[in-house]
Amino acid sequence: MKITKEQVEHVAKLARLNLTEEEKISFTKDMEAIISFADQINDLDIDDVKPTDHVIPINNVFRPDVVVPPMDRELLLSNAPSQENGCFSVPKIVE
Amino acid sequence: MALYQLKAHVISALIQNKEMTSEEITKAFLDRIEAVEPKIDAFITISSEEALKQARAVDVKIARGEKLSSLAGVPIAIKDNMCTKGILTTCGSKILNNFIPPYNATVVNKIHAADMVILGKLNMDEFAMGSSTENSYYKVTKNPWNLKRVPGGSSGGSAAAVAADMAAFTLGSDTGGSIRQPAHYCGVVGMKPTYGTVSRYGLVAFASSLDQIGPLTKDVKDMALAMNLIMGHDPMDSSSAPIDYPDFSKSIGEDVRGMRVALPKEFLGEGIQKEVKESVLSAVRVLEGLGMVVEEVSMALTDIALPAYYLISSAEASSNLARFDGVKYGYRAKEYDDLIDLYQQTRDEGFGDEVKRRIMLGTYALSSGYYDAYYKKAQRVRTLLKQEFSKLFESYDLVLTPTGPTTAFEIGAKVDNPIEMYLNDIITVPVNIAGLPALSINSGFDQNKMPIGIQLIGDTLKEHTILKAAYAYEQARELPGGVLVEL
Repeated sequence: MKITKEQVEHVAKLARLNLTEEEKISFTKDMEAIISFADQINDLDIDDVKPTDHVIPINNVFRPDVVVPPMDRELLLSNAPSQENGCFSVPKIVE
Repeated sequence: MALYQLKAHVISALIQNKEMTSEEITKAFLDRIEAVEPKIDAFITISSEEALKQARAVDVKIARGEKLSSLAGVPIAIKDNMCTKGILTTCGSKILNNFIPPYNATVVNKIHAADMVILGKLNMDEFAMGSSTENSYYKVTKNPWNLKRVPGGSSGGSAAAVAADMAAFTLGSDTGGSIRQPAHYCGVVGMKPTYGTVSRYGLVAFASSLDQIGPLTKDVKDMALAMNLIMGHDPMDSSSAPIDYPDFSKSIGEDVRGMRVALPKEFLGEGIQKEVKESVLSAVRVLEGLGMVVEEVSMALTDIALPAYYLISSAEASSNLARFDGVKYGYRAKEYDDLIDLYQQTRDEGFGDEVKRRIMLGTYALSSGYYDAYYKKAQRVRTLLKQEFSKLFESYDLVLTPTGPTTAFEIGAKVDNPIEMYLNDIITVPVNIAGLPALSINSGFDQNKMPIGIQLIGDTLKEHTILKAAYAYEQARELPGGVLVEL
């Protein structure tokens, strides 16, 4: 399967990756090789086979609705690159 | 024999019988790590102070006569993708270069509850994506049998640390072979349990429907102890199996006569190193000598498992790794224009090439117009593979294969060709896709004196069948030709 640089740019945007020009070129080549390899599965005619999402059949897992103490706010924020007034801080998103 | 060379069950007995203290044992391991780490590069973080504190605390409990677990005081090390409260957890990535988890993974809580001593966190391919540990942001781990060769991956640090006697045993994780393949390359025992039997709570997610934590040990007896330690239902993990978990120590020494073993001919054909094939066939003779029946079978779907695996695992990874955005924890880029640019710049600087490749493949496979052709189709292949294994297990107790097509390759030999690197996992991935348990154990050495591993695959939840066969094999095998590097 042929992969174009424009496709790589589109997928990178979806994946929130700011690829450099160099990366765009090398990923176009890599993606083409890997997707051609993955395309082998399209040699199989298996549309009538049911897909398996999970290998053991566990459905609808419930637990008792019990209130437990939450994790400490300061502890959780201690890993944040930037915080303000007990919140995660990011660049302004509303003008 | 030095203290650090002892197996976990021997150390356990020394501590329980008060012949040694945990502090003495822990110091022996810390000294060993200090001496050989510069050559092996197995650790990302060595937690000497905490380890000695834990060891002294256990010794106090033992002196008081408290009844403790059989692994109390035994030093362990953990792959760096399991969260350890207060101890750096990097997942081998720059994007988590400053992440101090505010909580413990369930397996880490189990280690603490068993009064074990944690020596440190082990090197790995970034986000467990790789087969050589060369994809770590931090260092390249060396194979203790030949320092110019890779230890395998992604749990390369976990395998090398056991082989080089830097921990009594270690924990790794296995998404497509990441415990078994390094165990094969480093000549140790490695096991991936049935999907859902070890909690994934606190394991940094790679591919959630495939990931499973498992141990790497020096022998099968230690493996049984380690499996007892980590397995069990956990309400914090919705995919955790709510079943009764057996005591695996009871599998050790059970009669194996009459057990039936399938040998798929596809894994002994083209692309398999000659000595690897010969080693598997010599293992067959050992198993037959033990009274097992080994029969050649055919598995039609072996070729299609690997492409299906890369689609499923990359799709799930692209979704799981969306959380690394430079906002809540981890690395944040220094320069950016706005919020979207903050995400994009952080991710481009924070992730390595292989991780980006997989995110790109996964995003592509899940994107509009391609979902049915790739992700959904791969999930159909999964159904077929499961059925193929189920059919085999109607007539056989175990499936025997090599663990990998070749022995450990040289550092740098495959870094430029992603597909060639992926082919290392061709024999291990079908097991993850079908969610089965499997173990790798050393079966000999090639002419370069590099270890060879055989893989024993069992049916769902049949870990005890694998362990009893592996133990019988371990007692009966002959291992000429292996010499560890003088470290």
